[in-house]
Amino acid sequence: MNKFKLKYIVYSIIILYFSFKAYVSIKASTLTVYDLEFLLEGLERTVYISVTAIIIGTFFGIIFGWIKSNSGMVTNLFVSGFLDILRSVPLIIQFILFYAFMGILEIDISVFWVGAIILSAYTAAFVTEVVRAGIDSVSQTTRRAARSLGMTYWQDYRYIVFPLGLRAVFPSWISIVLSVIKDSALVSVIGYLEILKTTEELISKTQEALLLLIGVGFFYFIISYPISLYAVHLERKLKI
Amino acid sequence: MFDFDYTFHWITVWNVLPEMLSAAMVTLEVAVISMIVGLIIAIFLSLGKDSTNELFRTPAVIWIEIARNTPALFQIYMAYFGLGAFGIHLSPYIAVLAALIFNNAGYLAETLRGGFAAIPSTQMSASRSLGMTQFQTYRHIILPQVLRLVYHPMTNQMIWAILMTSLGTLVGMLELTGKTDQLQSLSFRTFEFYLVAAVMYFIIAKMVLLGSKLLAHKLFKGDIS
Repeated sequence: MNKFKLKYIVYSIIILYFSFKAYVSIKASTLTVYDLEFLLEGLERTVYISVTAIIIGTFFGIIFGWIKSNSGMVTNLFVSGFLDILRSVPLIIQFILFYAFMGILEIDISVFWVGAIILSAYTAAFVTEVVRAGIDSVSQTTRRAARSLGMTYWQDYRYIVFPLGLRAVFPSWISIVLSVIKDSALVSVIGYLEILKTTEELISKTQEALLLLIGVGFFYFIISYPISLYAVHLERKLKI
Repeated sequence: MFDFDYTFHWITVWNVLPEMLSAAMVTLEVAVISMIVGLIIAIFLSLGKDSTNELFRTPAVIWIEIARNTPALFQIYMAYFGLGAFGIHLSPYIAVLAALIFNNAGYLAETLRGGFAAIPSTQMSASRSLGMTQFQTYRHIILPQVLRLVYHPMTNQMIWAILMTSLGTLVGMLELTGKTDQLQSLSFRTFEFYLVAAVMYFIIAKMVLLGSKLLAHKLFKGDIS
């Protein structure tokens, strides 16, 4: 007990020291309130594009996963081939290619939507695998029992497959969410001002590289670390 | 709908294809080096995280959590711009390599930890009571099983490492993406150049996957989960 208390006292002293250091260096730096506002706007855009991509990507991932677990060889090969391409080409190249392609087709589309569409497709590629695994994790006998009790096809999915499958794959879905938040940093290559890009601009403006980078790293960390802790907790809880 | 006014010029890409291929070799080289060094560090990190000594545990936990919870691009910026504040100025190549090693080590450490945790501790007791030393147990009983368990996740990490090298372009490294960017800026045939680069990445990823399958067949005689 005593040792624990000592540990926490040491930790809080370290945290206090570093927050004091940070305060002093922000005061001493050439950063203004407007710069910090600019940074917060970048953070807002990061969250905005990640949430959009996660919602759209999960929706399509569920549909593709359902198709994959239900269809024959040919459709399967087609769907997984397409999703495989999305997973084996770097996101940066996908963004640039899609942006250039939109230019060729002369479609006027905002940078946000180019990023959101590609990120959603990328998310969908991963969610598909997870959903398929979830559907397959529910044993055939359970589902046959449901059907022979008089449930319809959709009732079987709604009341049997969904609750059981969700238990099996929810932690994997959370880790996909985490990777999407981190990958949203790459939208900056086509000029979307998310938090890392705003940081880079501020670095070239104020030359405060270390301070700004530690700040932005801290932002990412406080978004993503609690979620990953929650995923670990959930995995332990759902384990039978 | 698709009656666009654009003619594709593939010949411009064809003329510089050898340069792109040598850039692809740089990509592969960085990925392989970062994987090997990352794996060596990961072994220490995974042992450190499971150790009871606070002195080893804390650095390992901090390393793993930072590597896993911040974007790889942030880590590359940190190595390239951030270390400049300490007077350490790395070339883009070294900065990207260092960041990738940092990242790979964090992810691989968690993978290895999962592998070690999956082996029941009773196996250790059993082999010790049969007269094996601790080293022999690790060498003949535990490691072969752990290697089977972490083989597929490690292959995935290798492909991740290849894809992550593409971030090097943002700090001016001339790997496949960076070289493509440089070449396309001469002719502004963006789409053609990047399509060829995408195909190259796809082929590299598939080749790594195929190679790992063949290696698994040879190493484990098909006895792999």
